[in-house]
Amino acid sequence: MGRYILKRIASLIASLVVASLAIFALIEVTPGDPASFMLGLNAAPETVAALRDQLGLNEPLPLRYLHWVGGMLSGDFGLSYTYKVPVAELVGDRLKISLPLALIALALSTALALPAGLIAAARRGKATDAAVMGATQLGIAVPNFWFAMLLVLLLAVRWRLFPAGGFPGWSDPLAALRALTLPAVALALPQAAILARVLRSALIETLGQDYIRTARAKGLSRQAALTRHALRNALIPVLTILGMQFSFLLAGAIIIENVFYLPGLGRLIFQAITQRDLIVVESVVMLLVFAVIAVTFLTDLAYAAVDPRLRRPA
Amino acid sequence: MRPALVLGAVLSAIALVAALISLVWTPYDVTALQIGARLQPPSPAHWMGTDHFGRDILSMIMAGARTSLAVALVAVGIGMGLGVPLGLAAAAHRRRWLDEAIMRGNDLIFAFPSLVIAILITAVFGPSALNAIIAIGIFNIPVFARVARAGALSLWTLDYIRAARVAGKHRTRISVEHILPNIANLLIVQGTIQFSLGILAEAGLSYVGLGAQPPTPSWGRMLAEAQTMVVMAPHVALFPGLAIVATVLGLNLLGDGLRDALDPRLRGRVA
Repeated sequence: MGRYILKRIASLIASLVVASLAIFALIEVTPGDPASFMLGLNAAPETVAALRDQLGLNEPLPLRYLHWVGGMLSGDFGLSYTYKVPVAELVGDRLKISLPLALIALALSTALALPAGLIAAARRGKATDAAVMGATQLGIAVPNFWFAMLLVLLLAVRWRLFPAGGFPGWSDPLAALRALTLPAVALALPQAAILARVLRSALIETLGQDYIRTARAKGLSRQAALTRHALRNALIPVLTILGMQFSFLLAGAIIIENVFYLPGLGRLIFQAITQRDLIVVESVVMLLVFAVIAVTFLTDLAYAAVDPRLRRPA
Repeated sequence: MRPALVLGAVLSAIALVAALISLVWTPYDVTALQIGARLQPPSPAHWMGTDHFGRDILSMIMAGARTSLAVALVAVGIGMGLGVPLGLAAAAHRRRWLDEAIMRGNDLIFAFPSLVIAILITAVFGPSALNAIIAIGIFNIPVFARVARAGALSLWTLDYIRAARVAGKHRTRISVEHILPNIANLLIVQGTIQFSLGILAEAGLSYVGLGAQPPTPSWGRMLAEAQTMVVMAPHVALFPGLAIVATVLGLNLLGDGLRDALDPRLRGRVA
């Protein structure tokens, strides 16, 4: 196990180094000078040059890369060109919306997917299974931003149950939760559909195992075998998907945040890209990549801990 | 034949036929603005109504199908064209440095938030259908590499492949002549799924203004333009959305149906 962990840590570090190089390179080829952008069209060339110096934009590329990585390692993500505040502070503020939104969407999608997947697997091949699978096919096919527009039209404009957009802040938690409900529902639907399908497949796979047959032969009802034995084992792939979905929900809510005018992390990246606030873009993207790689690493370790076969080389 | 497969084939065919017909004919000119006829509800003259510029929505959807299908198709082509050779090479050199390098590279691409990178790429190189294709295509590469590698690995253990190796055939030749034809089914099924995902991705990028640019019609941009008018004229948002849902649903059903039909082990099961 020790050797396996060391190998995975080496792989984790290599992945992070390559990812940071790729992000840095992509940002470097982005057209537009941040200093000119910050100072506007009428800025004097000397002022622009002075600001470039101040931002460290005149340093050689390798030095800038090392400064950026070194700063991130010490928790200093730099200063936003546009907002003139530390990037870490900016990200922290936006996470106050994106994190709860991702968690609510994840909870909703799990709450929808678990019973749907269970029912479909229990009634495999029957009309209920076909109906649930049909619904999940539809859920996957619906673009979430279109679904969000329909939700706004019905639940916000026609029935006035929820606000159509904006975020009032957490000083009024109830109003904040109401503002996040429709975006969370719009985000959760396709994720729930995917999760339900994965759970159903995993359950059907597990139900075909010998130990389930033995349990059934010993008199356990199909329902009990499903919930007591199969579900626990089928949850492994489901948890993997959940981990991936969480990363997606954190970063991938850009479009939904735009539909509902939510000042979250996704909208911050989108605005930073359009405003050429490159330090924000590279830091946030790097943080997200780090989150995905770290989650994958921890999942791999957890699996290796419970399943010795995974520690052996492929 | 399975009803889901038939439904999938029909829905996909409708989108394809609409796109092809739009190359030579649409009920109305999609570039002609008729402000006097703006936001008209569905009628015999305009089956799906008109948008805020008085353009016929049915015509826009037909022309938008062309953009969506073309972007998604080329993006699948990029993914297949680069991903499959990489996957085959990784399987042919299993457990060697090439396999390790290709698979770690794949993992790395998977670690990037795809939508963020797609937005970044289109922002860096400018919003256009071509850059949307590249952005979507890049994320198709690791998917096809994985599918090709997984399919090829099981084949490399078979006797006839070993016999070919003993007979002195080079790994590349075996991959092309024996492995590739045998994993074609897998690739077709995955291609259908990536095709439908590409349509959703193109719609998303166009929705935020980073896909096809005016005057090229696009389903995603139609929805973006409809957003402020959805209260006054819901049909403006309803029909382009339904077009996306029907096409993606059709392709997904087609992919699932093909997988079941092509894999004898899955015949008779409900997917």
